[in-house]
Amino acid sequence: MLYTGTDWTFSTLRDCYDAIEKIAIEELRLETYPNRIEVITSEQMLDVYTSHGMPVSYAHWSAGKRFVGHENAYKRGLMGLAYEVVINSSPCISYLMEENTATMQALVIAHAAFGHNHFFRNNRLFREWTDPTQILDYLEFARAYVSRCEERYGVRAVERVLDAAHALQGQGVNRHSGSKRLDLRAEQQRDRDRRDHEDRTYNDLWRTLPGAEGGAGEGTQVAVEPELGTGLGLPEENILYFLEKHAPKLAPWEREIIRIVRLTAQYFYPQPQLKLMNEGCATWVHDFIMRRLHEKGLIDDSAMLEAIHSTTNVITQRGFDQGGGPNFNPYALGFAMMSDIARIATDPTDEDRAWFPHFAGNGDPVGTLHHAWAEYRDESFVQQYLSPKVMRDFRLFRLRDDLDKPYLLVDAIHDEAGYRDLRRTVAASYDPGALSEEIEIVGVDMHGDRLLRLEHRTRPGQLLHQGDARQTLAHLQTLWGYRVALKEVDSQSGRELRSYD
Amino acid sequence: MDIIDRRPNPHGKNIENRRRVLTRARDAVQSAVRDAVANGRIRDHAQQNAVTVPADVLHEPSFHRVFEEGSRQFVLSGNKEFITGDRLHRPPGGGGQGSGEGEASDQGGGEDSYRFVLSREEFLDLFFDDLELPDLIKREIATVTQSSHARAGLSSEGSPSQLDLGRTMRHSVARRIGLKRPKPERLAEIEARIAALEDRKPLDEEAFDELSALREERQTFRTRMSRIAWVDPVDLRYRRFQPVPKPTTQAVMFCIMDVSGSMTEKMKELGKQFFLLLHVFLERRYEKLDIVFIRHAETAEEVDEETFFNDPRTGGTVVSTALEEMLKVQRARYPADKWNIYAAQASDGDNIASDTPKVTSLLSERILPLVQYFAYIEVAGSSAIIRNDTDLWRAYRGIAESHPQLAIRQVRDRREIFPVFRDLFARKPGAIAG
Repeated sequence: MLYTGTDWTFSTLRDCYDAIEKIAIEELRLETYPNRIEVITSEQMLDVYTSHGMPVSYAHWSAGKRFVGHENAYKRGLMGLAYEVVINSSPCISYLMEENTATMQALVIAHAAFGHNHFFRNNRLFREWTDPTQILDYLEFARAYVSRCEERYGVRAVERVLDAAHALQGQGVNRHSGSKRLDLRAEQQRDRDRRDHEDRTYNDLWRTLPGAEGGAGEGTQVAVEPELGTGLGLPEENILYFLEKHAPKLAPWEREIIRIVRLTAQYFYPQPQLKLMNEGCATWVHDFIMRRLHEKGLIDDSAMLEAIHSTTNVITQRGFDQGGGPNFNPYALGFAMMSDIARIATDPTDEDRAWFPHFAGNGDPVGTLHHAWAEYRDESFVQQYLSPKVMRDFRLFRLRDDLDKPYLLVDAIHDEAGYRDLRRTVAASYDPGALSEEIEIVGVDMHGDRLLRLEHRTRPGQLLHQGDARQTLAHLQTLWGYRVALKEVDSQSGRELRSYD
Repeated sequence: MDIIDRRPNPHGKNIENRRRVLTRARDAVQSAVRDAVANGRIRDHAQQNAVTVPADVLHEPSFHRVFEEGSRQFVLSGNKEFITGDRLHRPPGGGGQGSGEGEASDQGGGEDSYRFVLSREEFLDLFFDDLELPDLIKREIATVTQSSHARAGLSSEGSPSQLDLGRTMRHSVARRIGLKRPKPERLAEIEARIAALEDRKPLDEEAFDELSALREERQTFRTRMSRIAWVDPVDLRYRRFQPVPKPTTQAVMFCIMDVSGSMTEKMKELGKQFFLLLHVFLERRYEKLDIVFIRHAETAEEVDEETFFNDPRTGGTVVSTALEEMLKVQRARYPADKWNIYAAQASDGDNIASDTPKVTSLLSERILPLVQYFAYIEVAGSSAIIRNDTDLWRAYRGIAESHPQLAIRQVRDRREIFPVFRDLFARKPGAIAG
């Protein structure tokens, strides 16, 4: 028996960890980054929330705003705190709350330190987009850099750049071409090089650039002299990258701060695309491990009941009439799909054989799950693995919301005719391509007034929130230094829907 | 795998960030603070200081879409009775499905307002932000001095608890190097070598010489080591503290209120509000603040706070008695060369006509030369609005023209208290700031 009752000590944690690790490695064949477990208080948990789980972050008022929001909600009892928070880093840091019971500590170790950790290490998107060995050092570098800039140029000046860059965070990733890995030493070197380059290539002519007002009139001379446009690599979807490289009026340190915001945004980019799978994987792993601990006689019945109780709470999916909206509880759907994959691999029905011929009854649930965890993201995972049984269990149905009609139409339910429609729509709701705005920089008037032209390709009725778009453009203008204009066009007909100037 | 107990780590990681939000929302927070004070009692608010700031001040914009027209599909769970082709009524009021409100409020304008719980310090800082005490130059630093201890370098003697280990060891190292104290490692080497040579039996000539040389060296080493201590009393350094006289400013505030029959409860309430504001304000400017409460009808008496604010009393009105009482207290307890003296008087302006000349002379000849500031607040019940000119008001107005430390204002409503107060203490451009 690892422990009895609810109290834990640090040696209990260690014993639990060892027992869990044995199951994780021998039975589930999990591969993880080295683990680091940190026990924290609820107040520290609020800090963790504020910095999106990161142990260090640069100072900015928006963090204070989040902190105050969480603090109020927590103190007024509107929000509970998580049992744990885990960071995609190497070593993988799991924060455990001090008030957890012994069973909850064991459960969250299995959940975070093994479930999430394995997922971070093996999923393709995380491997491609993030470099967990570097992130902590990079954040440390970022914090030091920002605070150095604040000393040198003043908090206001730094805040101006950070505010503007934060507004454009969503446009700071190369969605299509992927990312280069972070490398701290290279980052610092690059910072030095940039300064050297500035010194070497200092040209007095640039000092006399005309101001924003002083530019020439309208005109799209880019077309006349295309080499000027092509040199900038247009069109460019990564607005922050473009500003960092090409904004004419920024000081080197301002470029560096934009880069920090951009790289941080990039680090967080995969997370929302993998929420469902990540939680599904971790929940399935902790559930499996807790059951095995019980079967091996390492925890008693009351501990097992507590674990089951907690898991059940987490995986509850509320129906549409109980307040559950079109966003599924990622724990619920994720866990259901993971369990379903394991079931299909070991004990398939005829329906499963028809739907999933490539793995139904292959007798290797762990291997099948490993493959899914490594190779898919939420959208493709749903598209590939959402089975009729899960759709029936969740009693899914699809609504068509046509604003021209006075009613909502049920156009598919969990039956033979509807399975594929349902699956496609659920998958689409996880599609980052459909969820994020397609905004590109399409042109710069390099000979005239340096007007920066942006285009938002969308569908009628799906335009940008006007007030926010204006404010964000104002931020963009701050960084670019000259006028900016945004056109919203219909991606199919090319018709202009709305424009900002 | 490591397990780390982070609980003892320094707390308050987000204090700086929180401060920045407050700075950013400063104007909004400030007006919220002032609203809070205007609508309630300052004491209450100085304890429980929650203010609410509208979210748009702290809004973080971004590009995001809103669903406004056309059609979309979504999947929900929990179907009980629907079959394909069913038509459902739109839920009333959008409810996140009708007009795309759901998306808008996720990220857009739908954020809640923010509630800050301010510390008393923060609250009052914001509240009194641009207020200044008038004429602080007069007796800004009063004579009462206390002493506090401040670091004053190092000394070679002191109590063991103040021993500065780092410096002591630095001196010790320097002295040991300077006096060439042999290193213990070197001695150990020699001893090992001697032991090795002693074990070697027969010894040749050369080894024997080496052995005796080493033995001699060992002897010198040992003597040197015993003579030159590892830490010597001359190395010791102690942190030294010196008492530093600390001037404290002190002030006394006289609150004078008319409690005669003509003052209604409402008028007294207005007076109290003003006194409270002045009290909190002065409390922040002076380390030591005494308050003297004087109430008067036909006669005046010094009373405690409780009686002053809560005990009803009626009668006629003789203002000069109150001024005399004030002078008496001042002479007895608060000599003018040691105290900054402030006085605030609240009255409905009534006075027995025969008393007014006496008031005028008392005030202009004896009181005003003593005080830093004398604020006269004339409160008016609703009925009194018509007669704009009371006895006292006329008398005081005449004096105020030649004495800048007398300020007179009229207040009719609770809402006016705060503006009047601000008006009295607003930082004036070009004024000598304290």
